[in-house]
Amino acid sequence: MMQGLIAVYLRELLILKRRLKRQLAGMAISPLLYLIAFGYAMGDAASFNGHTYLEFLIPGLVAMGSMTQAFGIATDINVARFYWHIFEEFQAAPISNAAYVTGEVLAGMTRALLSIGVILVLSLPFGVVLHYGPLFWLAALLNSFVFAALAVALAMLVKSHADQSLLTNFIITPMAFLGGTFFPLERLPEWAQTILWALPLTHASGAIRATAFGQTPGYQAYLILLAIGALFFWFALCSVGRARD
Amino acid sequence: MIRIEKLEKNYGNIKALDGIDLHVPVGELFAFLGPNGAGKTTTIRILTGLTRLSSGRAALNGHDIESEPLAAKRQCGLVPQHINMDSELTVLENLDIHGRLFGMKPAARKQKIKELLTYVDLIDRKGSLVNQLSGGLKRRLMIARALMHEPRILFLDEPTVGLDANIRRRIWGLIKKVQQDGATIFLTTHYIEEAEFLASRVAFLDLGRIVALDRPETLMNRMGAWAIDQLNAEGMRTRCFQSREEAREFTAGQETGFTLRRVNLEDAFLSLTGKKVQ
Repeated sequence: MMQGLIAVYLRELLILKRRLKRQLAGMAISPLLYLIAFGYAMGDAASFNGHTYLEFLIPGLVAMGSMTQAFGIATDINVARFYWHIFEEFQAAPISNAAYVTGEVLAGMTRALLSIGVILVLSLPFGVVLHYGPLFWLAALLNSFVFAALAVALAMLVKSHADQSLLTNFIITPMAFLGGTFFPLERLPEWAQTILWALPLTHASGAIRATAFGQTPGYQAYLILLAIGALFFWFALCSVGRARD
Repeated sequence: MIRIEKLEKNYGNIKALDGIDLHVPVGELFAFLGPNGAGKTTTIRILTGLTRLSSGRAALNGHDIESEPLAAKRQCGLVPQHINMDSELTVLENLDIHGRLFGMKPAARKQKIKELLTYVDLIDRKGSLVNQLSGGLKRRLMIARALMHEPRILFLDEPTVGLDANIRRRIWGLIKKVQQDGATIFLTTHYIEEAEFLASRVAFLDLGRIVALDRPETLMNRMGAWAIDQLNAEGMRTRCFQSREEAREFTAGQETGFTLRRVNLEDAFLSLTGKKVQ
């Protein structure tokens, strides 16, 4: 299991290394625009529980950025599967589905952690001081795990690149805007809050923001993220077998 | 050794493979010959674990591909029809990842990479990205990758498709060399001369069924030794003769528009299926 897992993960790392400059630039664009447009330009026009909007926004961007980058592994898997046919190399190798899924999930999580680093570096010139303790990183890691596992599962089930874009538009984009990233959920009607608390990103952004503000969040958010991540991981394991035609 | 019993593959109502039975002994270079859509690639995909079979059984060196998939996969190397190398990785990295996937130890990987790159004459390009290699070099690299973990069975799916005659001959030499080193080789092709030159036995595959299986010479001898292609208003017509004299006699009364040549596997395929391989 370990050898196969390392091979899958190492391949993704080598590709990431080769594309690093482009990848970092890509990871920086959206957060930078959000920081300038919503954070800097709005200035003190909005504040939440004694925090400026920039302070509120940065943990949300961390949650959103780690989600999109972890989920982005789905696009790479699909390019490898439908365009380069490299997925066949893994299918023909004597490795278990668990080794393949774990390798790809780790690759997605690595990209997510890299994007968090980019966001935190970008936030430095804005002079925002937040807390980045172990619970902050644990929430970010679990969030990455959830969306990397979902990405691998869905990448195995789609039949084309177009299907993949559709999934991103229907799952990731709405979650990015509604999962407690840009505004507090308390400002929405109760029925909407109930729906949005079903999204994993809402729990992730809540936990990441609380820890960034120096508070200790409830353990429930971590347990929910772990449970959803485990469910998606199991889903991914089942989906790899189905990718055989 | 490859053993296939009553292998079937259905895609909805379409029967891609219709009850194939086959036994390829250790060390043989066996070829599947047939037109596009005959089921050649489907057979290889099933045997190498890329596609699920609908019914029947298959085993590689005694390991059933369904009940012992990992053990079966360890037996074989695959050179697929399309180039499926990681173009963003170097030649060396591609081979190294493959070695890791097959559980090779670091020292063994290092030694085998050097040995194989020398074998396929790519040692000077080990640091090149795959997307910097020509089509012929990529094919050679794919053969090297398939041999990396020292498989006892090598599957080659149209290994020279799209390559010019010169490079094709070079790859044929490489395939022969691999066979001489003791591997069992299962080749699919729609190039007549490829099957004639390489294979010790050939199966004609048409519409998912084996319609003939024998040594290339035996299949061709059934037709005769000489053939005349004659162009008329309805198209090309081919007649086969036992001797050159018989063929000459036939052409004596004819005017122009015919070609005398040796019988080939295409003639045998045409007589059995009514269609051309290429």
